[in-house]
Amino acid sequence: MMMKKSISFQLNKEMRTIDVSPNEGLLEMLRDRIGVKSPKCGCDRGDCGTCTVVIDGKTVRSCLVLAIEVDGSELTTLEGVMNQGQINPLQQMFLDKNVFQCGFCAPGMILSATELLEKHPHPTREQVQEGLAGNLCRCTGYTPIIDAVLEHGGCKGGCRE
Amino acid sequence: MAAAKGGAVSDELEKKIDFKVIGKSAVRVDGKAKISGAAQYINDLEFGPGLLFAEIVESPHAYARIKKIDTSKAEKVTGVVKVVSGKEFPFRFGLYMHDRYVFAQDHVRFVGEQVAAVIARTPAIAKKAARLVRVEYDVLEPVLDVEAALQDDAPLIHPELAKYQHVPWFFPKKNSNIAHFRKVRKGDMNDGFKSADFIFEDTYTVPRYAHCSIETHGAVGLFDHSRRLTVWAASQSPHTQRHLFAEALAPLGITHKDVRVIAPFVGGGFGGKAGVSMEILAAALATTVQGNPVKVMWSRAQEFYNTYQRQGVVAKMRVGVKKDGTITALEQKLHWDAGAYVEYGANVVNAAGLSATGPYRIPNVSIDSVCVYTNLPPGGPYRGFGYSEFIFGLESHLNEIAKKLQLDPVEFRLKNAIAEGDTLNYGGKMNPSGLQECIRKAAQEIEWGKKTVSSDPKKATGKGFALFWKAPAMPPNASSTAFLKFNEDGSLNVLVSAMEIGQGFLTVMAQIAGEVLGIPVEKIRVETPDTDRNPYEWQTVASHITWSTGNAVKKAAIDAREQIFDTVSRALGKDRDSLYLEDESVKSKREPAFGLKLRDFVINGIMMKDGTWRGGPIVARGMFMPEFASAISDPETSQGGKPNVHYTVGASAIEIEVDRETGKVRIPKVVLAVDCGKVLNPDLLKGQVTGGMVQGLATVLFEDMRFSDEGKLLNANFTDYKIPTAMDVPDEIVSIFVEHAQPDGPFGARGVGEHTMIPAAPIIANAIEDALGIRLKSMPITAERVALALLDRK
Repeated sequence: MMMKKSISFQLNKEMRTIDVSPNEGLLEMLRDRIGVKSPKCGCDRGDCGTCTVVIDGKTVRSCLVLAIEVDGSELTTLEGVMNQGQINPLQQMFLDKNVFQCGFCAPGMILSATELLEKHPHPTREQVQEGLAGNLCRCTGYTPIIDAVLEHGGCKGGCRE
Repeated sequence: MAAAKGGAVSDELEKKIDFKVIGKSAVRVDGKAKISGAAQYINDLEFGPGLLFAEIVESPHAYARIKKIDTSKAEKVTGVVKVVSGKEFPFRFGLYMHDRYVFAQDHVRFVGEQVAAVIARTPAIAKKAARLVRVEYDVLEPVLDVEAALQDDAPLIHPELAKYQHVPWFFPKKNSNIAHFRKVRKGDMNDGFKSADFIFEDTYTVPRYAHCSIETHGAVGLFDHSRRLTVWAASQSPHTQRHLFAEALAPLGITHKDVRVIAPFVGGGFGGKAGVSMEILAAALATTVQGNPVKVMWSRAQEFYNTYQRQGVVAKMRVGVKKDGTITALEQKLHWDAGAYVEYGANVVNAAGLSATGPYRIPNVSIDSVCVYTNLPPGGPYRGFGYSEFIFGLESHLNEIAKKLQLDPVEFRLKNAIAEGDTLNYGGKMNPSGLQECIRKAAQEIEWGKKTVSSDPKKATGKGFALFWKAPAMPPNASSTAFLKFNEDGSLNVLVSAMEIGQGFLTVMAQIAGEVLGIPVEKIRVETPDTDRNPYEWQTVASHITWSTGNAVKKAAIDAREQIFDTVSRALGKDRDSLYLEDESVKSKREPAFGLKLRDFVINGIMMKDGTWRGGPIVARGMFMPEFASAISDPETSQGGKPNVHYTVGASAIEIEVDRETGKVRIPKVVLAVDCGKVLNPDLLKGQVTGGMVQGLATVLFEDMRFSDEGKLLNANFTDYKIPTAMDVPDEIVSIFVEHAQPDGPFGARGVGEHTMIPAAPIIANAIEDALGIRLKSMPITAERVALALLDRK
């Protein structure tokens, strides 16, 4: 039995301390031991992006990260982007435009879109496409998602550089 | 066309023009759950500390005889609860033909087939112990090619085929690998070819494809100490799964009332989660560890090779045509690589065979659609259900014919396009159809005939056009039902058992009920089903639930409305015929001042002067079965019967730019015009067009399934099997809706979910031919294939 190590990190603004094995995956820990279910497992090898979480301000595929690596970090999952129990304006835009279908990719996609909009508040279409390229979706053909992000960024069809 | 008899829903609402909810882009009723992370999928459900995990021992061979299975080492591992193999479950099962097993019996028939399972306390222990199960095989020569499987001396993959139970519309050929042979004969082929000025012949091939839902399959079974079996599953077919579990496990004394299927949200279906594939494992394994829930989650690799794959096809066709472009005859020979088990896939072959003329008026038709066993993964339902496959060859071939006759490909299609009342391949009449209008509008939108030129000399530009059609493929008695119940505040629960798989089904059912009852969608709850609580539904497949379940919901809403009117007229003495529903109230045409809120009586009823009450909780029901449908016809011709309830038709056009060096295709614009009758929710329908089109374009431009010479799938992951990302979408996708009402559809709607991916492959093939003068006759048409074809030409 490998030695467990106690790690501490902030999860959606709450300090958490948990004992983890050195080989324990972050996605597994979040879902199965902490009960945060919005990050999903779609491929378990970093291809699909459904397990996306935010670590210290950057989106990361949690299936490729060991739990032990987040010791001392600040983590955000989709559960943490709500505004006092209400959905935020970007989520509202996605809701109003009926962009998602099965919804399985939505948690990861919304976190990637949030990061993209922080980097480029008024993005071009290419910037949005690039920003979402790590999150696979099989239902929507991406176009409604791209369009909604562009509209949220203030320019229907995309802002100019 | 008169409204179809039997199941038709006729009501004065059909004449109503100013809909309140129908035809509007209502916000999805499941939208908030999905954008907040609240939506629960199979792997998000909690089963407590008693949950067990199963790992599957798989066949490494495409075809082999099992000599011995030694589970002793695996059983000794601490944490292993049980090791199970074929001897515990010697039962055959299947949807349309009983040719599948819970675990392999004496033979394995594809690489990855389940041979045994280890059930353990943790996934890691199960995985470790599964590697300790020793299976000895006599390896046999696999049959990996459809034409090889059809040779007289080919090894028989299912020697007991003749004994398999199947639906009456299948025609297996004993002592062969032909599991089903659908034969269609209409008119006189000799006359057809004699009256032609030209006969054009060619062969097109389409390989296998994977659904690639982002959520893999998963199921949890619990067989409790009262011998009740509950299965939670990522499912398109809760009731059909219940039925198949009960059928397959009947030898254990399990009956339908003992089986319950609960279906949470599904992370993408596309046909892959229809019927029963891996879910049988959760159901069967649960019975071996009574009292403990057991989970089976498929890995991404298993998702590729052990659910269903879209079947490959070799399509040989001959078309007779007059100089003026009139098609006189079509002969199609479709040889389908249906894989190791065809319990579902054989019906794909059947459906495609009945419709392999495409949406054309052709007087003389001969179609052989042949379902062939091979030692590759089981074929089965995939969005399009065989139509994408034959439309690739047919629409490529017809484009070539137009060019050879020096006719405009769009004019040629217009000339032969099927219209309402034309005779279908099996003898019935074509339903209302706006095909001509779809063709004209798609051509206009893409500026057909106007040649685009790229400013970059390295790029060639071209345009492509194709038609499509599809009918639901379902048993003639496939039925839908609905329950409606009110709450104290006048809000409504709609209980149905078709599945929300992303298409927006729950929302559209809320719209239908809301329209009839004068209730806004926000006050209606529709959720995914539990077969114990929700009424019967066959399956969520075939693009038929908006139509079929929609009819059931509408009938249930009408039933509720009649109960409401009954209560109000009885209690308050109102003239029943003057009553109507609006703004969550009962109103009267005669007394404009009268208005009674639904919330005031739909649960508690109406109090009379003497203190007694009338009415009570409103609980309503609706059922729809297409009583006009029949799958019985002459096996030699397919004439007679009415296997298809309706066809949805349309046209698609594309503009592309191809790099002459790399072969890479860029898509400035693609158009899809479809007539699915009355559009119930434009946003959701647009979602079907955009998503279906991109999924279809992926099959032709990116996805490329590769097998080894031993039949092993080599690229069972998203690194090597490429599906599109946000970078790979067309610049513009235009949806055009033409609305010719379906007489027996709810508010005039007919199905549309699958259709939007069907024309994608031939529009690309035709546009590439237009741009480069190269006709590629096999899919996929990846950049590599285009570049190689350009090199070949040099």
